[in-house]
Amino acid sequence: MSFFETQQLTKNFGGLTAVDALSFQVEQGEIFGLIGPNGSGKTTVFNLITGFYPISAGNILFKGATLNGLPTWKICKSGVGRTFQVVKPLRRMTVLENVVTSAFNHTGSLDEARNKALEVLEFCELIKKKDFPAKGLTIGDRKRLEIARSLATGPTLLLLDETMAGLTPQEQSEGVELIRKIRDAGVTIIIVEHIMHVIMSICDRILCINYGQEIASGLPEEVANNQDVIEAYLGKE
Amino acid sequence: MKRIGWQTILIIALLLLFPVMVGSDYYRHIFIISLMWVVIGSSWNLLAGYTGQVSFGHAIFFGTGAYTAGLCVTKLGISAWWGMLLGGPVALLVGLIIGWICFRLRGPYFALATIAIGEIFRLVAIDWRALTDGMDGILIIQSFRSKLPYYYLALVLAIACVFAVYLVLHSKWGYYFVAIREDQDVAEAIGISSFRYKSLSLMISSYFTGMAGAFYMNYMAFIDPHVVFSLHDISIMAILVAIIGGVGTLWGPAVGAFIMVWLQEIFRSAFFGLFPRWVSEAHVLVFGLLVIFVIRYMANGIVGDWSKIFGHWFRKKQLSYSSSGN
Amino acid sequence: MDVFIQTFVAGILIGGIYALIGIGMTLIMGVMKIINLAHGQLMMVAMYITYVLFEQFHLDPYFALLAAMPSLFVLGALLQKYLLNPLLKVDSILPENQVLMTVGVAMVLTEIIRFIFHSDYRSVKTGYSSANFYVGDISFNIALIIAFGIAVLLTVGLFFFLLKTDVGKSVRATAQNKEAALLMGINAEWITILTYGLGSALAAAAGTLLLPIYYLFPDLGGPFTLKAFVITMLGGMGSTIGAILGGVVLGVAESLGATYISMALKDAVAMVIFLLVLIFLPGGLKTLTKI
Repeated sequence: MSFFETQQLTKNFGGLTAVDALSFQVEQGEIFGLIGPNGSGKTTVFNLITGFYPISAGNILFKGATLNGLPTWKICKSGVGRTFQVVKPLRRMTVLENVVTSAFNHTGSLDEARNKALEVLEFCELIKKKDFPAKGLTIGDRKRLEIARSLATGPTLLLLDETMAGLTPQEQSEGVELIRKIRDAGVTIIIVEHIMHVIMSICDRILCINYGQEIASGLPEEVANNQDVIEAYLGKE
Repeated sequence: MKRIGWQTILIIALLLLFPVMVGSDYYRHIFIISLMWVVIGSSWNLLAGYTGQVSFGHAIFFGTGAYTAGLCVTKLGISAWWGMLLGGPVALLVGLIIGWICFRLRGPYFALATIAIGEIFRLVAIDWRALTDGMDGILIIQSFRSKLPYYYLALVLAIACVFAVYLVLHSKWGYYFVAIREDQDVAEAIGISSFRYKSLSLMISSYFTGMAGAFYMNYMAFIDPHVVFSLHDISIMAILVAIIGGVGTLWGPAVGAFIMVWLQEIFRSAFFGLFPRWVSEAHVLVFGLLVIFVIRYMANGIVGDWSKIFGHWFRKKQLSYSSSGN
Repeated sequence: MDVFIQTFVAGILIGGIYALIGIGMTLIMGVMKIINLAHGQLMMVAMYITYVLFEQFHLDPYFALLAAMPSLFVLGALLQKYLLNPLLKVDSILPENQVLMTVGVAMVLTEIIRFIFHSDYRSVKTGYSSANFYVGDISFNIALIIAFGIAVLLTVGLFFFLLKTDVGKSVRATAQNKEAALLMGINAEWITILTYGLGSALAAAAGTLLLPIYYLFPDLGGPFTLKAFVITMLGGMGSTIGAILGGVVLGVAESLGATYISMALKDAVAMVIFLLVLIFLPGGLKTLTKI
């Protein structure tokens, strides 16, 4: 039994099949990359896994238990966290309050939540800005906050949706560092990314999809040099 | 538990001493009604200002509480004071059902649904004569001739309500409510069942509003559907109270309650008889103009825009998310 | 059977007029994404204007349309420009600020009218207000028939405007996707002003058409605002065709309800429909027909 797997995962929107019988497995402790050209269905897959959309067919299994059909919040409680492609900070709260909120996932005590939040903020190197209002942050910090907030829910599987978009090269390598730290702390990661060098440098395995179907999967070098993948992108970064 | 500020203690002390210092029944009455509105406004604010579910139908809970107390007398033959015990839970149950129906709707559609249900309650109260005596209303005998007991009861209710909101805000529930208000999708993604927590917020809100209604029955000794299920005089008044004071702040509704009740009284009495009679009929007009003015220029209320208005020498200590930002 | 046909037809005729109210509101909803809780009150103002024109100048209500509609168009446009549009730029905790503003406007309109005209019931009795037209034993109210005819004309005119003219298409574009419309050079601010004016004008038309067969009093606005949003919810927010269907359904339901159940509960019919839609068909009829 693999840590996380999808079986024949399918999603239809009216006449359009966004995800087409997609099956893949993720091993515990991996950093698993999900790539594909724009519109290939990557974020849809995330939305299906986290219950934002109901699936049309197939199965999603996490540590042997079925995820499909569960409400989003239950999925989070069972250990799956996610970030959003367009970051959504809780704008009228401070950085700390944002993370405290999610830290309540496994506790009812304000003190415990606060301590956990401070820990996570340290880990993500946001601690100095803990009392800043979330809406005033730079894009880089907002992305950190997005990650910190998911981390505070105590996930064992973290879904990162294009966290590197819009960041400077410096910020990107800091981001890569952070993601490695997260994996080393015991969290399995599925990462959707467009920026190739990021994917290549941190992923253990990659799945490339287009039109909701698998095109290639395997080790980063294999997939990157795969003819179909190159064609799908028609000139990748 | 956080230390209670000296301002709070001062205010409570003044309120405690008020009826002792001021003997006039007229002013005591105004304060009693104001305190009642502190409860309704704060309750509404918890649901709308903090959880983001803007109800236009809080009259539902007020009326339910009032009729619960009234029906104790007319149907059960017991004292209306039992309504103080029962009014809250009954209103809470009604709230649960309404939440179940309406929480699937977002934003303005939720507001619409609450208006419609409010009107339904009013129409049913008018039509179901066997239960409510329709437009004849319910008349009971006041238990006390002095206003003092009612005053202190209202004060206790107001303090209890504001304190309850304070406790909630500084707990998991409070954070969860605000998360739902800020971004329901994010809330779900971090483990918050938005339905469950919206319901919890509504339950607290309807409970206290119901108690206020039961109090009203006991104090005024007369209710009818037109008064307690009124869209303008209860539901919209609740919104005004919270908005003028400051939505999403702890003290906003309390401030707003006193302002609104006083304003209403000033107009109803035509500036205490100083102005011609037609002024008293204009109070709804003034309310309408007030709504327009406040929303247009002071959308964050007096407390919310406190620093804008009074600068920093009177800054209130509050959670950052309980002010309206900017 | 005769009674049924009469009731049913009366329902459709009134439904046609209701549709005007519904279309006005759904347009505003579609373009501005707000619920105009002053809709019924705007209609009421138009009715008073028509009343005054009738009392003072003996102007037939159907001609008064030519005065009432433009007046309300201007009123609506001004309201949108000075009171509603500015709210878009304010970041406030309550996203329903615009809706609340319309509540304030509704209150002010009602009270100003009450101040001028007092709360007495008034009516406009024209030569044909009570005139009936008979087919066999079934009677049809002539005023209602004429009103229905004009309502249909206006609706057709509106559809022509929305489908064939550039401005109309801009309105539809803004309703579908404001950002995209802005990017394509559409002045969204003007469109919102125009739409609110148009919605108000349609409400005015409905009111004027209804005046010969209704009583007039300042608090008339409330029930009609309620009817308007029931129609819009029933038909599906933003769907003009849905509003027509919704209006007719409401008209028929009220008519049947008044005849077969009770006159007093007529207003409750709207409520019940609303709740049913809320619980069982939240998207409105629109979701059934994929319009």
